[in-house]
Amino acid sequence: MFTIDKYVVAESLEQAYELNQSKRNVIIGGMLWLKMGRKKIGTAIDLSSLGLNLIEEDEDSFKIGCMCTLRDIEVHSGLNNYFNDLISKSVEHIVGVQMRNMATVGGSIYSRFGFSDILTVLLSLNSYVELYKGGIVSLDEYVGMPLDRDILTRIIIKKDSRKVAYSCHRMSSTDFPVLACAVSNIGEKWNVVLGARPRKAKLAQFNLNESPKKEEIDLMISQIIDNSSFGTNYRGSKKYRQILADVLIRRNIEEITSGGNYAN
Amino acid sequence: MQIKLWINDKEFNDDISPDTILIDYIRFKGYLSVKRGCETSNCGLCTVMLEGKPILSCSTLTVRANGLHVKTIEGLQKEAEEFGGFLADEGAEQCGFCSPGFIMNVLSIKNELQNPTENEIKKYLEGNLCRCTGYMGQLRAIKKFLSKED
Repeated sequence: MFTIDKYVVAESLEQAYELNQSKRNVIIGGMLWLKMGRKKIGTAIDLSSLGLNLIEEDEDSFKIGCMCTLRDIEVHSGLNNYFNDLISKSVEHIVGVQMRNMATVGGSIYSRFGFSDILTVLLSLNSYVELYKGGIVSLDEYVGMPLDRDILTRIIIKKDSRKVAYSCHRMSSTDFPVLACAVSNIGEKWNVVLGARPRKAKLAQFNLNESPKKEEIDLMISQIIDNSSFGTNYRGSKKYRQILADVLIRRNIEEITSGGNYAN
Repeated sequence: MQIKLWINDKEFNDDISPDTILIDYIRFKGYLSVKRGCETSNCGLCTVMLEGKPILSCSTLTVRANGLHVKTIEGLQKEAEEFGGFLADEGAEQCGFCSPGFIMNVLSIKNELQNPTENEIKKYLEGNLCRCTGYMGQLRAIKKFLSKED
């Protein structure tokens, strides 16, 4: 269990940023993962009074404040209508409603967890993060950046009418996924994201037509699997994850091309 | 640090350490229905409502409840007793250790979902583990309880 010397509800992002420059200080999101450690925190920084718990929708995009919970995005009618319940489907197996009422989107994305469902699905969308000092960065680029002391304030998802499908495999309900997979398609561009390999999610992009032939799909999948690093942990072996990757990518492509929907 | 919060509509003002966890604070105040289970945010035993939403008190800092209202089953006795009758009728309880957290989440279903399907009920309760019952009796009890509410 961690310890906290001091707790500050930040009055401005500048104050939060200044406090966050000390390595002993930590921004508190849902704190569910942080709680599992033994960190001795100097100052815990709370962003909850900065209006960052809102989901804003305009003609071009959704802007999700970093303090929005996973439950907020799960039940948001605008997100669910636009993405055909994709976001809801991607988070509904994360532990339980109580936990999703606490875990924040900002905490999940900033931490770039290797087991993250939400990182996997957002990478398949046209997503960006808004950093207090660093400005707007594509999520794909952000995933490759080291953890730093900047503050992730919002996640932006651009509306570009892409088709998306998500599926994952869990050994038991509510556990971490053994593998998570999201596929999206816009025009001839296909994005395939594999998460929980068990490493942080990785995006692969291909150009194929909107209704690819079986041979083209086979080739794409074998290239993705060959170029992705899979690991072994007590949830599954590297080989098992490779086999799962083949199945989940294929299902997601089929869902997109046929308009079907696989129960997860 | 100084906090003010309400547990079951009773006001508390205290000077607490910033790393005090809500379950410890609540139990110290005498609300012993809130049970300590896994402490890894998985079992749902410690469920309370914060501003009407179910959360895990084992994973919440008490300072996060500053200025807010917490409900435990002691504050919802009438509803809990009524649902408890349905559980008893279905033989859906054995050791009962998970029941307070479970009932809090069932009452949250009632508040949040309208005419939930069986699948929606199951999904809502995925975060409440019970090692005794196998869930079927509980599910029957919930369906009868919610349909009565309609």
